[in-house]
Amino acid sequence: MEACNCIEPQWPADELLMKYQYISDFFIALAYFSIPLELIYFVKKSAVFPYRWVLVQFGAFIVLCGATHLINLWTFSMHSRTVAIVMTMAKVLTAVVSCATALMLVHIIPDLLSVKTRELFLKNKAAELDREMGLIRTQEETGRHVRMLTHEIRSTLDRHTILKTTLVELGGTLALEECALWMPTRTGLELQLSYTLRQQNPVGYTVPIHLPVINQVFSSNRAVKISPNSPVARLRQLAGRHIPGEVVAVRVPLLHLSNFQINDWPELSTKRYALMVLMLPSDSARQWHVHELELVEVVADQVAVALSHAAILEESMRARDLLMEQNIALDLARREAETAIRARNDFLAVMNHEMRTPMHAIIALSSLLQETELTPEQRLMVETILRSSNLLATLVNDVLDLSRLEDGSLQLEIATFNLHSVFREVHNLIKPVASVKKLSVTLNIAADLPMYAIGDEKRLMQTILNVVGNAVKFSKEGSISITAFVAKSESLRDFRAPDFFPVQSDNHFYLRVQVKDSGSGINPQDIPKLFTKFAQTQTLATRNSGGSGLGLAICKRYVNLMEGHIWIESEGLGKGCTATFIVKLGFPERSNESKLPFGPKLQANHVQTNFPGLKVLVMDDNGVSRSVTKGLLAHLGCDVTAVSLIDESLHVISQEHKVVFMDVSMPGIDGYELAVRIHEKFTKRHERPALVALTGSIDKITKENCMRVGVDGVILKPVSVDKMRSVLSEILEHRVLFEAM
Amino acid sequence: MDAVAQWRNQWFDYTQYLRREGFLDDQFAQLKKLQDENSPDFVVEVVSLFFQDSEKLFNNMAGALEQNVVNFKQVDAYVHQFKGSSAWIGAFRLKNVCINFRNFCEAQNLEGCLRCLQQLQQESSALKNKLENLFRLEQQIVAAGGSIPMME
Repeated sequence: MEACNCIEPQWPADELLMKYQYISDFFIALAYFSIPLELIYFVKKSAVFPYRWVLVQFGAFIVLCGATHLINLWTFSMHSRTVAIVMTMAKVLTAVVSCATALMLVHIIPDLLSVKTRELFLKNKAAELDREMGLIRTQEETGRHVRMLTHEIRSTLDRHTILKTTLVELGGTLALEECALWMPTRTGLELQLSYTLRQQNPVGYTVPIHLPVINQVFSSNRAVKISPNSPVARLRQLAGRHIPGEVVAVRVPLLHLSNFQINDWPELSTKRYALMVLMLPSDSARQWHVHELELVEVVADQVAVALSHAAILEESMRARDLLMEQNIALDLARREAETAIRARNDFLAVMNHEMRTPMHAIIALSSLLQETELTPEQRLMVETILRSSNLLATLVNDVLDLSRLEDGSLQLEIATFNLHSVFREVHNLIKPVASVKKLSVTLNIAADLPMYAIGDEKRLMQTILNVVGNAVKFSKEGSISITAFVAKSESLRDFRAPDFFPVQSDNHFYLRVQVKDSGSGINPQDIPKLFTKFAQTQTLATRNSGGSGLGLAICKRYVNLMEGHIWIESEGLGKGCTATFIVKLGFPERSNESKLPFGPKLQANHVQTNFPGLKVLVMDDNGVSRSVTKGLLAHLGCDVTAVSLIDESLHVISQEHKVVFMDVSMPGIDGYELAVRIHEKFTKRHERPALVALTGSIDKITKENCMRVGVDGVILKPVSVDKMRSVLSEILEHRVLFEAM
Repeated sequence: MDAVAQWRNQWFDYTQYLRREGFLDDQFAQLKKLQDENSPDFVVEVVSLFFQDSEKLFNNMAGALEQNVVNFKQVDAYVHQFKGSSAWIGAFRLKNVCINFRNFCEAQNLEGCLRCLQQLQQESSALKNKLENLFRLEQQIVAAGGSIPMME
């Protein structure tokens, strides 16, 4: 047998079978080769494929399988050893790769499966999120509704509108079947159905406030689900078939003004509540969602706030009305009081006059009678008549003065007077009386007391006289000393005068007068009463009491008017007393400080000789004329600015210039224009300088022109010094000057 | 007699003469009143100013009158100005000439105007001389330690 490298098939080939095998192998190979191609194509197309190397492996495996089958095609017939070797190699490779792939797939397939599960999971999640989104959107929607509702509620300050709007909006937003508001009655023991959404005119249902369901709702600030059968929810008769929708109730706090404390928030326990009941549509199987409940709570709070605002507004309107009424009443009262005062003053004045006339008659005639021949009894009677009528006269005077003092209608008559002589006169007046009683009177006037002072001389004398008179009156023996000096600042602040706050100034000084007597003294307890009207204590009233009870009261008023203080000290009965008063008087020289820059105002007939610092403006185009006028005014002390043109004048002029002299006879230049322009520039009269026209002739035309433009005076040129002086005087005094020739 | 006193007498006579002749009038006295410590040369200054101005005015007037078509209004304006100035320093005669001058201007009488201008110039230089004399006298008095008497 020859060695043959051929491998022969084991059994004789069946032609048909062979053919079919051949074709199948071919197609298998084809398919095997096309699968990877397809894979590559589609993977390339897809963006993500994490297992590329698996693909490669798989591809290799497929390709090799294909190759194997392809090579198989050659093995059907006689084939050489090479083919066999190739076949074997291919098969081996294929085996290796397929095993590797099989092993790999063990790892891969669970991963791929889990991807699928994750995908499912994500899909579920997405569905869930979608649901939640839907929910949030609804909530946001509701939130918007709430805001809108709140806005609606808060945009009005009318109670009823607020509540009605609330119900309407809530009903709309939540698609309620019914919404009702129960308000507490006045008594606070019942809730009354006040507003409903659907029913037009709610019948006045009331329920007692202390029902358990109501208490339940009131005790919490949340919206509470209640039974549709509770009395507050049974608003309509429902037919038996209907399943009533769920009902929720919430409390609405009614904040009263007095609940708002300054420091802390309103107490919960003292509140009144209203009840808001909301019903979902029946047969709808809808349920109250949490967000809907929250909305209801928020709305309830807003309503509370809006209602409180409305309440506050009502309060304030009421208060304002009240105030207006009170104002009117007060006004009326004031007017009546004024009328009364006027009437009283008129009465007093008339009565005073009426009373004085007969009194004078009595006094005069009694005095005259005294001069005639009288028997001792008659004399005694006449003296008594005289004394009594004098007393009466004094009383009448005092009453009138006092009433005027009290109104504040009394005004001091301020003038310059000789201070020293006032004291001397008082001394002279009192000496005879004192000497009769054997009392010595000493007067000490300080050396630095000004000779002259400014104040009300008459009333100062009255005061001193009164005080000294009292001292004399109530001393049976001993001495009276009167001291007068200028009070220095330390002594001014007397601890006995706690309300007295003297102010030092250069224009005034404080006169301090002290009257000391060694008389009967005063009980310290009685001292406060001394200055009150008509109050006399037993100790003060003597049988010879010549003074009315008004004396010291009037003195006190006078002293107060003079911005001073008066007081009396006494150690006790029998130990004498000291009366002191301080009043404010003016210094004569210094208080006449004139603020005018050009000297004090003089009488109309006086002509000022000089006008220091008076700012004037001269407009004249003629150089000589200008120089002379300027010199003239400068000679009189004025501060002169001289210009030649109208524009220059307007440029220079200011409010400081008091007079403007303008030449109106300049040929070619309308001097009057300056007057017109000045009038335009200074619209207020007091700001405008006085305008004086200088002219060569005062004829009709000049006069007319002057009137037309509104000058304050006209002077004929040339002007003498005296003329200028009197012109300035006149202008400054009266602001107007008639032609000065 | 003391020199100062002599001069004072001279001054006095001179001023009287000037017043009598109409060179100066009361206004000049007013002018003198304005002379004080603040403005010791007030009168001299004003008078100098016056003569300076008058020079200018004379030239202007002459020029205006030489024109072919004389603008009498313009001339009148100059004369008015001169009149005003003369009035202010108390130049009595000058003032009167001015009044005539203005009348001629109104009548548009050229010859009259020219004559007046001539007159003005003559009077003006005459016054200037007189015033210079017066001031010299015053300076002498002051230099000698005397004081210028008040003008009535």
